[in-house]
Formats: sequence, structure tokens, C-alpha cells
Amino acid sequence: MTTSATELRAAIASVLADIAPEIDLGAIDASGNLRDEIDLDSLDALRLIEGLESRLGVTIPEADHATVGSLDDLVAYLARRSAEQPTGYDRRDDESADTR
Amino acid sequence: MPSLGADMESGVLLEWLVEPGAQVHRGDIVAVVDTDKAEIEIESFEDGTIDDLMEPGARVPVGERIATITVDPTSGSQPDPAPVPAPTPAQPVKSVVPTPTPAPSPPAPVAAAPRVVLPHHERPRVSPLARRAAEARHVDLTHLEGTGYDHAIVLADVERADADSRIPTTEPATSALAGAAAPDGHAATMREATAALMARSKREIPHFSVETTIDLANAMAWLESHNAGRPAAERVLPAALLLAATARAARDVPELNAHFEGGRVKPATAVHVGVAIALRGGGLIAPAILDADRSSVDETMERLRDVATRAKRGVMRASEMTQATITVTNLGDRGADKVLGVIYPPQVAIVGLGAIRDRVTAVDGMIAVRPSVIATVAADHRVTDGHQASRFLAALDHHLQTPELF
Repeated sequence: MTTSATELRAAIASVLADIAPEIDLGAIDASGNLRDEIDLDSLDALRLIEGLESRLGVTIPEADHATVGSLDDLVAYLARRSAEQPTGYDRRDDESADTR
Repeated sequence: MPSLGADMESGVLLEWLVEPGAQVHRGDIVAVVDTDKAEIEIESFEDGTIDDLMEPGARVPVGERIATITVDPTSGSQPDPAPVPAPTPAQPVKSVVPTPTPAPSPPAPVAAAPRVVLPHHERPRVSPLARRAAEARHVDLTHLEGTGYDHAIVLADVERADADSRIPTTEPATSALAGAAAPDGHAATMREATAALMARSKREIPHFSVETTIDLANAMAWLESHNAGRPAAERVLPAALLLAATARAARDVPELNAHFEGGRVKPATAVHVGVAIALRGGGLIAPAILDADRSSVDETMERLRDVATRAKRGVMRASEMTQATITVTNLGDRGADKVLGVIYPPQVAIVGLGAIRDRVTAVDGMIAVRPSVIATVAADHRVTDGHQASRFLAALDHHLQTPELF
């Protein structure tokens, strides 16, 4: 299954509507750090990941959090994940987790 | 009208979620009150029959009766069958915690609230926030199943219905939501309420503080293995681990887990940890996680997530707003290195946690780089001193070295 970048951005916006309702994703710097751009604390960030996991049926292991900084990064990451991993949680991902 | 925080002088009764004559139980949510900080769900403090409900809409001073609860004489929990007022603090403005067993008073007839007793389920009961959100998101309330008290429709139900009706590719209702999350003018009044409370704290409480740097290598390693293989919905954040450890340290050093009221210390009988939560658009709210010292790390995370989510939506429960016995301010992973908090009266201590960072440190005579947190405690010098505060931080350190024991 592949999902277009437009669909992924819409999914991100939809999840963020519950977490940061005043944010207009079109108005932020898509290459800047997403959490700084829209001021997400660690609980907000976890809720975003949780929302994306359930909405898109992908898994986003904790070890990958640090590699995804900007909105553009996140869209590219999700496109890759949804292409290679259609649905369900894949425990294999966590064995490659680096320390911290 | 219960006092829902040291900074509250009055509240607007928004809505009753029960009908006159309804049976209520201790802990049931019976009404919604708008304070300057949030919409707060008021819980019953008694088992019994509720009646004489005041008409919603008015601003009511703290301490004024808004209903009577006639305690059921057969319940056995209360020997006194006399009607009692809604929980009323002994000193309406100064007291923070509503007296759990209010003084009985005769059920003086109040300006009659309309006694329209509707049969149950004739119309859906809807909380004000839920109604506002439903209007904004065009959710039809008539077919919604409520999960609140007595099947009242609450915000979560509207959100669920809204989410169910939305598919990933539809346009997000960002602008429509803004009104529900941050009512206009609320931020300003909230700032005023916080200002008054913090000014009072600094005026009345002789603060002192101590700090220590706590090695979190064990804690972070434990957390990483704890979270491995779990979906995001089940993961634990460092904030929850720090919170659980703080609650245990407060139990170990009870001198810091207390209230100071009327010139005297009242040691707390439980550990209810207030969590300072910064709201989007400004403002601060510090609801309590009750009996936090008895929650596992997973439970603490679940409760932190729940309380933070509701705080950001502006709906809290009265018990959460009044019962904190110590507060934690945690700057989080993007925060500054260190914070020295301002005590929430009538509490006597506030724990400050900076961002967890890798720092150079000495370990077994060698230089090492380890994750650590700078923990501070600011305490009331009328009540306690540096020795107890140091013991508190030592206890916090101790618990964070052995998270597997929580």
C-alpha cells in the first residue's frame, strides 16, 4: 500500500487538530523542527505518533523518533513506512533500537 | 459552591448533570462549574438524594449552597440523615480543600429552581463543552451514546463520533476546533488567577530551595526496554517515571507532603501529586494525580496522559483541582536545565525537574557521559528546612535508581 504525500499531510493535520487545534500546517516551516514549530511537549508528540499509528496502520518505533525532525521528514518517513509495512505492529523494529 | 483552588473566589454554575431527586454516590459527577481556569466537573461528596438544585447560569461565591444532598439513612455510611449542603469550606476564600464532611445545615428553601423533572433519557444530557464542540464540528447529538455520568454526552463522545466520521483524506477541522479548546478571554482570566496565587505564595511563603543532579542511566535503560515492542499508545515517557518516583519520595519524607493552613502544618494522609501543565495559548494548570505513590509506572503514565489531555481541553474534576499535597513542575525534554518552582499554597513544597540531558560525570573514579536530570525542591521554611529537603532529593534519587521496584 502506498499513500500519497498529500494524503499523509492530511492525516498529520487531522491528528494534530485534536492536539494543537490552532495550528495551520500550511503556515509552518516544513523543514524546521516540527516540535519546535508547533510547540509540542513530549506528551503531545507521543499522542501525535499514537494517532498516526492508528490512523495509518503503521508502526513508529521509539528509536526512530530522533531521526524524524521536520514535517517534511515525517511525511517522507511515513511514506516509507506505509509502503514497506502495510499493517499491524512489527516487533522486529525494536531489536534494531540503538541505545537511547 | 466548592472551592476549586486557592485562587478561586466564585464560580459560574454551568449545568447540572443530574435531575432533582436523583440518587447520587460519592464521586459521581453531578455538575459543571466554570472557574477562571477551566470547566470543572463537580463530584458528589456523599451518597444520597440530591435536590434543591440552584438554577444554572449565575456566578456563585465559594461557600454558597448550590444543592442539598439528603444522606440515605439506610446506606450506613453516614449516621446523620439530616440534609447537608454541597461541600462548603470552613473559610470560603482561604481554604483550598473542600471539607469532606460539611457541617449540616437545615435545607433552607432557596429561590425555587424550576422543578421540571424529566423522565430519564427523554433528552440527551450534554456537557457544555461537548455541546460547543458538537456545534463546531457539526456532530448530531441525538444519536450519540453518552459515556458520562448517567449516560451524559461528554466531550470525548463528541470527539469519538467526529473522528469516526472523518477519514484521513478529509480536510481537518482546525479552525472550527479552536473555539472549543481555547475559549476567548479564558487565557487572560487564567493568567490573572495564576498571578494572584503566585503573588500570594511569594508574599507569604519564605521559600528556600536545594538541588541535586540525579544520574538517570539506569532509569533510561529500564524505560527503553520497558517501551521496546510497545505501540505508542502503551509507551511510558520519562515524565511518568519521574512523577512516580517523586510520589514515592514524598511518601518517604512526609514533612514535604503537607498543607500549611491557619498558621499550622497539616500533614497529608495520602500522596496526591499536582502536575503543572502549560496550556497552549498560555496559562498554567496543576491538577493532581491522586494516590500517585501507589500507582505503577504504567498506571502513572495512563493517568498523566488522561489528566494532561483533559487539562488542555479545559475540563477538570473538582477532586483533581483541590487535593494536591505536593506539586511537580517538569520542563520536559525541550526545556531548560533547571527550574526553581513557586509553591502552590497551601502546599509546602514544589519539585522542579529540568530537561534530561547527557552530562559529563564521575562514575567509579572515571569520567563518563550519562543522562541526568537536575532536580530541585523549593520548600516552605516555616514548615521544613534544608535537611528534610535534602532527604527528599536523596529519596528521589534512590527510587530513580530502581524503577523496576515501582
